[in-house]
Amino acid sequence: MTNSIEVKDLTLNFGAVSVLKKMNLDVAEGEFIVLLGPSGCGKSTLLNCLAGLLDITDGQIFIKGKNVTWAEPSDRGIGMVFQSYALYPQMTVRGNLSFGLKNAKMPQPEIDKRIARAAEILQIEPLLDRKPAALSGGQRQRVAIGRALVRDVDVFLFDEPLSNLDAKLRSELRVEIKRLHNKLNNTMVYVTHDQIEALTLADRIAVMRGGIIQQLAAPQEIYNRPSNLFVAGFIGSPSMNFLHGATVESGRAFQFGSVKLDLTGYEGGAILERSKAILGLRPEHLTIQDHEEPGKTIAATVEIDEPMGADSLVWLEADGGLQMSVRVPVERRMARGTPVHLKVDISKASIFDSGTEQRI
Amino acid sequence: MSETKPLRLLRNVNAKLAAIPMVLTALVVFVGGTVWTVFYSFTDSKLLPKMKFVGFAQYDRLWHNSRWLISIENLAILGTLSLVLTISLGFILAVLMDQKIRFEDTFRSIMLFPFALSFIVTGLVWQWILNPDFGIQSVIRSIGWTTFEFNPLNNPSLVLYGLLIAGLWQGTGFVMCLMLAGLRGIDEDIWKAARVDGIPTWKTYIFVVIPMMRPVFITTLVIAAAGVIKLYDLVVAQTSGGPGNASQVPAMYVYDYMFQAQNLGQGFAASTMMLVTVLIVLIPWAYLEFGSKKHG
Amino acid sequence: MVDATNPRGAKPKPRFSGRNIMLYGTLIVICMYYILPLWVMVMTSTKGMPEIRLGNIFSPPVEITFQPWVKAWAEACTGLNCDGLSRGFFNSVRILIPSVILSIAVASVNGYALVNWRFKGSDIFFTILIFGSFIPYQVMLYPMVIILRELGIYGTLWGLVLVHTIFGMPILTLLFRNYFSSLPEELFKAARVDGAGFWGIFFKIMVPMSLPIFVVALILQVTGIWNDFLFGVVFTKPDTYPMTVQLNNIVNSVQGIKEYNVNMAATLLTGLVPLVIYFISGKLFVRGIAAGAVKG
Repeated sequence: MTNSIEVKDLTLNFGAVSVLKKMNLDVAEGEFIVLLGPSGCGKSTLLNCLAGLLDITDGQIFIKGKNVTWAEPSDRGIGMVFQSYALYPQMTVRGNLSFGLKNAKMPQPEIDKRIARAAEILQIEPLLDRKPAALSGGQRQRVAIGRALVRDVDVFLFDEPLSNLDAKLRSELRVEIKRLHNKLNNTMVYVTHDQIEALTLADRIAVMRGGIIQQLAAPQEIYNRPSNLFVAGFIGSPSMNFLHGATVESGRAFQFGSVKLDLTGYEGGAILERSKAILGLRPEHLTIQDHEEPGKTIAATVEIDEPMGADSLVWLEADGGLQMSVRVPVERRMARGTPVHLKVDISKASIFDSGTEQRI
Repeated sequence: MSETKPLRLLRNVNAKLAAIPMVLTALVVFVGGTVWTVFYSFTDSKLLPKMKFVGFAQYDRLWHNSRWLISIENLAILGTLSLVLTISLGFILAVLMDQKIRFEDTFRSIMLFPFALSFIVTGLVWQWILNPDFGIQSVIRSIGWTTFEFNPLNNPSLVLYGLLIAGLWQGTGFVMCLMLAGLRGIDEDIWKAARVDGIPTWKTYIFVVIPMMRPVFITTLVIAAAGVIKLYDLVVAQTSGGPGNASQVPAMYVYDYMFQAQNLGQGFAASTMMLVTVLIVLIPWAYLEFGSKKHG
Repeated sequence: MVDATNPRGAKPKPRFSGRNIMLYGTLIVICMYYILPLWVMVMTSTKGMPEIRLGNIFSPPVEITFQPWVKAWAEACTGLNCDGLSRGFFNSVRILIPSVILSIAVASVNGYALVNWRFKGSDIFFTILIFGSFIPYQVMLYPMVIILRELGIYGTLWGLVLVHTIFGMPILTLLFRNYFSSLPEELFKAARVDGAGFWGIFFKIMVPMSLPIFVVALILQVTGIWNDFLFGVVFTKPDTYPMTVQLNNIVNSVQGIKEYNVNMAATLLTGLVPLVIYFISGKLFVRGIAAGAVKG
């Protein structure tokens, strides 16, 4: 299988500020890639570079094996969907869909055919003669997707397409985008800061920070085996619990404060003995129980119980004032001040080197 | 074509072609013209510009010319008075307009319409109203006060106030609009907070609103100051610089020496002095406005 | 832009409080100062000369006559020409139309290029332009004369059109730049992905979205160019003098008996075009002048 998009050593500087640093990224044909990261991480910038809307400083971009590094956006074989929909307000929906095709001097029958097809797929036929102002947010975004669709291209670029929608519409359209991808099987590059979108849509997620891809992997891999402390902390809500301590006994145990945890069953590399290490535990990988199990539990006191509908989040204070959160079934109500023991599922834990912040 | 990085110059070539008028205007007229005039102000140009350098001789003559000295003095007086008055009156008018009054649009239209008129029209109307034989003076005398004196346009020591009345008529509405926009730009929560704290309205204006409107005041000040320095049409129409030379302004001096007296060198030197005056206003402002952004 | 249309500030009070009587009283007195000259112009221009010599300038005419208007329009003399202000009116129209079209066309493209197609140095030219708008015109007058002479259009209407285009550029470019930068950038990006080029995006996307700002620019330019005096007097010849210059020559000419009613009719005629624009455009005029003041 050939790569649909290849990015080679892409560098972008704005004056003295380096926005993208020697970035490499290969996207397979038909793959759904999500670029995820906090604002300012360079994810939208990377997408704009792929689209040809920003001139890069150095490197090369190939789309379908063709070097498009300096090609015009319209010559790259891409379609793009924007956060603010970016529909031309003075044109009807039909005008919006046909604008690009007319610029490409396509014959009218072909234009009509393509609009009809896109309208059918997106179920916007009744809207074709309306102006964007007369459409709801969800309808507008459908038209915006349609504008990419009529171009009949292999690569779709999405720039935070759902951020302007309310929560309900957002989840509806999310499913629709997934359905669209299943149906068309194009390559899709999707920028978002919403990890739910990333985890649900992506074949692979690229987590970015400071113009560098921190980890590029399948969603489950990212969630369960974050490659470094940043990815671990960025993905997951509430955030992973971090225990600062040390690995002792040739890496067979983790010590923090007076607590010592047995590391047998850890899925990762050789742990070795480190004077400074961080143990990361997701809230759902801890269970609350009444009795202590030496080497497997952490003593803590219940502070706040937050029922969230499907489950409930309990905030506790452990040894040395450490704040921890644990996800528990909603039926289980915890009174403030109750002393409990948290059982650790070490097979799901992550250990990070304090210096390099890399997962061990 | 897309394989290699294209020439920098050819990228977005249409945008660069479209910007040519702007580039030419900026470089040739604004920079080039200014440099040219300053350069030739050091020459002995008379009817035509010529490259015979005389050092600061033109400036020396300029500052020994009583007409120029009067012009500069007038500019200083008119400048100070008109800045103080337009800004304070403009602000007071804006505060009055900001009292949730009815017919605000009507009041605003009335106060602003003179700004749509040219200085020539303004000057000629006020010349007529201030006419001693038919205008305000004669009207008041005719109703019984026979010794009433109000003849500023024929009195060298009062003529500037005649100009000022006309200038204020034309310009305060504009300043009022700027100030009103500034007042409306202030967060309404500030007013709520002041009311909760029990601060009287006038105190809120003086101690809270005015300091918050500092940028508006500065912008208005710069615009008004630049306008006063360029003042020309109004004087031409209303007084022609008279009586005698009593209402001469620098812009008139420049025009007369450049295009009437065929003494270009004097005209260039005088216009360069006008530029210097603008810079004296502009540089501190630019420093405050843009310098602080860079450092802060 | 700050919304200057909705009253805010202090809270409303009952309608007939002492405060309101003071407030509206003050505003009405102020408005009288603004309306007075307009009133005087209309009254004077509809009286015969004998009535002017006897009566007071504020009183309405006993016998209304439109003879002064006819005379001002068709018979008033400047120098040797005795065909009235109509000549100046048509000159002004012939200057106005191409100047307005050309200056707005150039400035709108400038603003668009500055926002969406920035190239190395584009902001520097813009900064020069903005600072250039503060340079007194007197400094650039003579270099401009030379430029026009070299182009062979000195003294012609086209020369003046070029001058208006150049000196209108800073404010208009600022106006369009600010407006275009308030449009979502993603629209521009979408149009580029759709394969539209520099001119395609400008004419098909940007211009249709920007009609209000074009109207604002139109108002700004029509009043500004119509009211111009300095450029008219420097860059045209008596045959092509715009209306303001001719008006000043008619009213301030020293020969002959002063016909004040004709003078006021002429003044009012000259002010009519901007006044009509002003009262038709209403809030857009305010927006136009405020846009000139709000820095980008």
